[in-house]
Parts: sequence; structure tokens; C-alpha cells
Amino acid sequence: MILKPLPEDFKIIGHYLGKVLLGLSFTLAVPIIIGIACREINPTFDFLITLEIGLILGLLLKKACYTEKDLSWMQGMLVVSLSWLMAMFFSAIPLYLSGHWKSYLDACFDTMSGFATTGLTLVQDLDHMSYAHNFWRHFIMFLGGQGIVIIALSFFVKGFSGAFKMYVGEARDERILPNVIHTSRFIWLVSFVYLVLGTLSLGIAGILNGMRVWNAFFHGACNFMAAFDTGGFSPQSQNILYYHSMPYEIITIVIMILGAINFKLHYHIWMGNRKEIIRNIETVALFIAIMLTFYITAMGLVRLNTYPSAVMLLRKGFYQLISAHTGTGFMTIYPNQFIFEWSPLAMAGLILAMGLGGAVCSTTGAIKMLRIGIIYKALKEDLKRIMLPEKAIVIEKFHHIKEIFLEDKQVRSALSITICYIGLYIFGALAGKFFGYPFLPALFESTSAAANVGLSCGITSPGMPAALKVIYIFQMWAGRLEFMSVFTILGFAVALIKGRR
Amino acid sequence: MIKRIFIPILVFNAAMLWAGVSFAQPLVSSTQLIDRAGGYDGQVVTYAGEVIGDVMKRGDFAWVNINDGINAVGAWMSISLARHIGYSGSYKNIGDAVEVTGVFRRACPEHGGDLDIHAQSMRKVAPGRFAEPKINVDKRDQVFILLGVLGVVWILTMFARK
Repeated sequence: MILKPLPEDFKIIGHYLGKVLLGLSFTLAVPIIIGIACREINPTFDFLITLEIGLILGLLLKKACYTEKDLSWMQGMLVVSLSWLMAMFFSAIPLYLSGHWKSYLDACFDTMSGFATTGLTLVQDLDHMSYAHNFWRHFIMFLGGQGIVIIALSFFVKGFSGAFKMYVGEARDERILPNVIHTSRFIWLVSFVYLVLGTLSLGIAGILNGMRVWNAFFHGACNFMAAFDTGGFSPQSQNILYYHSMPYEIITIVIMILGAINFKLHYHIWMGNRKEIIRNIETVALFIAIMLTFYITAMGLVRLNTYPSAVMLLRKGFYQLISAHTGTGFMTIYPNQFIFEWSPLAMAGLILAMGLGGAVCSTTGAIKMLRIGIIYKALKEDLKRIMLPEKAIVIEKFHHIKEIFLEDKQVRSALSITICYIGLYIFGALAGKFFGYPFLPALFESTSAAANVGLSCGITSPGMPAALKVIYIFQMWAGRLEFMSVFTILGFAVALIKGRR
Repeated sequence: MIKRIFIPILVFNAAMLWAGVSFAQPLVSSTQLIDRAGGYDGQVVTYAGEVIGDVMKRGDFAWVNINDGINAVGAWMSISLARHIGYSGSYKNIGDAVEVTGVFRRACPEHGGDLDIHAQSMRKVAPGRFAEPKINVDKRDQVFILLGVLGVVWILTMFARK
């Protein structure tokens, strides 16, 4: 029997949403400081207005729904999924006020794209954007990559149980350290260490490329956040092509791969267990998948002689492929070049790479390598069962930090999430087809949105149908939260209608 | 803000129109270059737009990214040409409107497959300028009004019973 939600459920959810909104409001201090430092007065006003709105609504919500009760699983999941929607609407305010987005919907599209670390964008005249707004675009990817609810609530939540429910709700089902707070702190430590190193590397590369010092480090910080959080925004409209630099491309490739690796693996590498890199099922699967998808992409490019030399093939073909596979979305070509210069086979290679994704407990989206590895092991086990004598005991193991015996529940979970992702990719492709786009580009764009990648073949633009923008927003949201929180919302809606007291 | 974006575009388009009428040089747009790259590959083209971002010096040459209002395309030019650029487009600057003539490459073998133009000549159509936006009084007022509301809400919530 389904139980109808009680007023107390709404109160708890409202109370935590208020806390999340207050936490998010505090993060606006960073662009405000940048705006003041760069003497950008109107952009600073945009962020101050948003900060004040956030504090007013957050305080009201927190007080009106005051409770000391802890979250249940259902409430935790609902808080996460609603928080992401609330964060989208809230963080879009300064972007919309900047005048660089055609409509509030377009600004919402970009904030969801940022939080979900996708990288698809509807911005206009990016090359004249203020430093404060440009930084905010990248900063929301940094927040989204770590998990906005966990970040926002780290200001307020004292108990561990509520935090863990929301940690899981944000598609982070692996604890690196014994409790969530320590795990979150470790993720922050890793991110900050890499932020310093990545910004320095990209900043120095920028200076050597001929950029002004401030611009080189500003771009370095923004591009680091976009690469490590596998987001894909960049401060200029040409994305990474703007820099015309092979060293810059190599550094971003390294950061993208670091971002696509499980934080748990980072922890073990930091602790000196370097052998884990070659033993872990995820890194092995990622390596094989990159090789296979690059082979397909390269075949497609060679067939049309799109890039006649090996250097070109690597700088264009391999770069887009790594960007796709890690879910980043950095581009060194123009979106329309996919349509006019890349063969369908090359695009299919990228679609496959986008659909597979990186590691679990990283900032990438998509199906992810652990699930692909588990499904492969399950198939192998089934094949063995068929081939070996009936009495033979077949046991399959995989190495993920430790040796793990393959169990049915792991296979079921991996398969169900995989099916959900494939369904989401196809749903968006059919929607694109419905709005008059050819199937392959529609599938490309849909996979890019649902897998939180951000590569575009030109469909994503301010002029695209509003309904398609909403569908892509839904795909980015559902893809980032890995469906569980989305299903909880549906379940809650059903309980509201059909539930009994 | 809308004015800040569209007035420079209008001025720039007027300058481009004037340049087109005065010198009758066939200009290509970034959309043409990207969508029909194969057709223009290896040809001498004339492309016009606003200089944006940094002028990135590399030895005796420099990368200059030029935005025609739709896309930005990279132009590889000698330092002697790049030296004439006074302003590049950013939040506080409207960049020089320039017209470059040079060899277009769909996938430049010298630059790892970049779609670019190797400029042979460059003409400044309209100089850029410092264009910091004026203070938006409406936004300033909203900040103060909301600050007042926030103060009231904060005081109320402080005294409200849990």
C-alpha cells in the first residue's frame, strides 16, 4: 500500500531546501569578489541581487518549515532532486541579468548544463562577457562536479545520516573513507590540489602562448574547472580552439583523464598504491574503450581523409574522442564541422564514447566503466556456464580496489542503469527527430546532453525549439543524478495522488 | 546591456558595409568558411570582423582571433601586421574591426588541423575603443531595496519561535 505524504514530509523537505538555498547563496561571494576586484560594477550588482534573493527565500523557507527531524531515504532523495532544479532556477538569475542569454529559459539551460557538468551552451556574445559572469559559469561546474547539495549542506548538516542519503542521491554511491564528511573533505582536497596544479600549468602554458598574465591564469582556472569536472565550458566562444596550442591541448587531456578517474582510485594512488591503476577494472575498461572508440572514429576520419596527417588526426580526432569519453565536451573544431567534415562512422565512434563515459565516483556522466566491466564479466560468466560441464562451479571476480566476487545484484543494478541511459539517449534522439533534425545529429546531441558531455554538432543554439531545450535540461538533470532521485520524484507524485493515509 | 551588445554589432556591420561598398572586395563570413570549408580550402579569402581576446604572439607571428558576429576564426599573421591592433574585444573594450586577406585552410597542416587563415594583409576598418558600461541605476536600486527586505526578514526570523 502506498502511503500519502504527510505535511511533516513537506516541512522536512522545505527546511532542507532552505538550507541548500542559503548554502548556494554563500557561494555567490566568489563572483562578487571577482566583480569587485575587476571593477565590474553592473555584474557585481547582478550577483548581489541574486545573493539577497537567495538569503531572503532561504531564511523564510528554513524558518517556515523548521524541524529537527532527520531525513528519511525518500525525503533525502527528494531534497537532492528538487535542490538541483532549485539551483538551476536560482543560479540562472545573474546570468539572465547579464543580458548574454536570449531568455530566462536559455540561462536555466546553461546553469543546468554547468551544474550537471555537461557544457552545452546557449550563451550569446561570450567574447564580451565580464570576468565575474564568466567565472560563475565555470564555478557552477566545479560545484556541480563535487555535488551541490553536499557542498551547500556542508555549511549546516551536523549529523552523518542525512548527509549520506544526499551523497547517494547525487550519484556518489562509493565512500572513500569511513564516513561521508571525511569522503567529501577528501574529494575537496583532491580537487583543490589539482586546481592549484592545473591552474598553474594552464596559466604558464597560456603565458607561453602569448596571453596576458591575468588572462592566462583566469583562463587557466576556468579551463581547469571545466576539464577536471568534465564540464566543457570555456571562457571564449571558440572553446579550446581559441588557444591554437598543442601544449594547451595536452595539458587539458591530462586534466580531463584525471577528472574521469574514480576519486577512490585517486585516494589509493595518493596513498602509494600505484599498481591499482593497471589492476582496476575501471581503468582497464576505460583504456580498452578509448582504444576501440578511437579506432572507429579514426576509421571514419581516414575514410574521408578529413585530417591527412597523423598529427592532425591526433589533435582533432583523438582530442574530441578523449573529450567525449571523459564527458568533458572541450572542442578544437567548430560544431558544424562534425556535420560537414566528419563521416557518420566517425560521429558514431564519438556517440559510443560519449554514451560509455568515465569512472563511477568521478565527475563524468553516462553509463560508466564499472558497469560496463560488470556487464562484460557477467556475460563471460554466462558463456563459461554454457561451455563448462553442468557440475562445474563458475565464479567470476573483478578487481575494484579489492577483489570482488560478481553477484547477481551488482549485474542487475549495472544493467538497469545502462538500460535507463540507453533509453534516455534514444528518447532525446527521437525528440530531436520530431523537431525536424536528422537522426544521427539528433542522437549525437541527445547522447551529449544525457551523458553530460557537451560536444555539439550544431543543434544546441539559442534558436532551437524551446521544447527541445526543456528536454535537454531534463536529460542533463536525469543523467547527472543517475535516475534514482528522478524516480523518487515520480514515486512521490504517485503517492500524492494515489496514496492512502 | 542589450544596447551594449547590439550597438557595437550595428556599428561594426555598418563599417563592414562601408568597407564592402568602398573597396568592392568579396567578403566571406565565418559561416561560409565553416560550412563550405572544402570549397574555400587553399584559396585567398577576405574575412572581416572584430578582434577578440588576446593577440597571442608566437615568435615572429601572432594568433589573432576575429569574430564576425557569428563565430570567431583564428588568423595567423606576422608581428608587423598584428602590431597595428590597438584594441581587442572584451567586457570593457570593443575590439578593432579589421579585414584580413589571406590563405584559408580547412585543416591547416602547419597548425595541427586548425581551421584558420594565414593573413597576407590586414586593414583596420574601424578602431576599437574603451567602452565600459555605465552604472545601471535600476540594478543599484534593486540591490538596496532587497537589502532592506533582507534586513526585515532576518530580524523577523531571529525573533520568530522555532
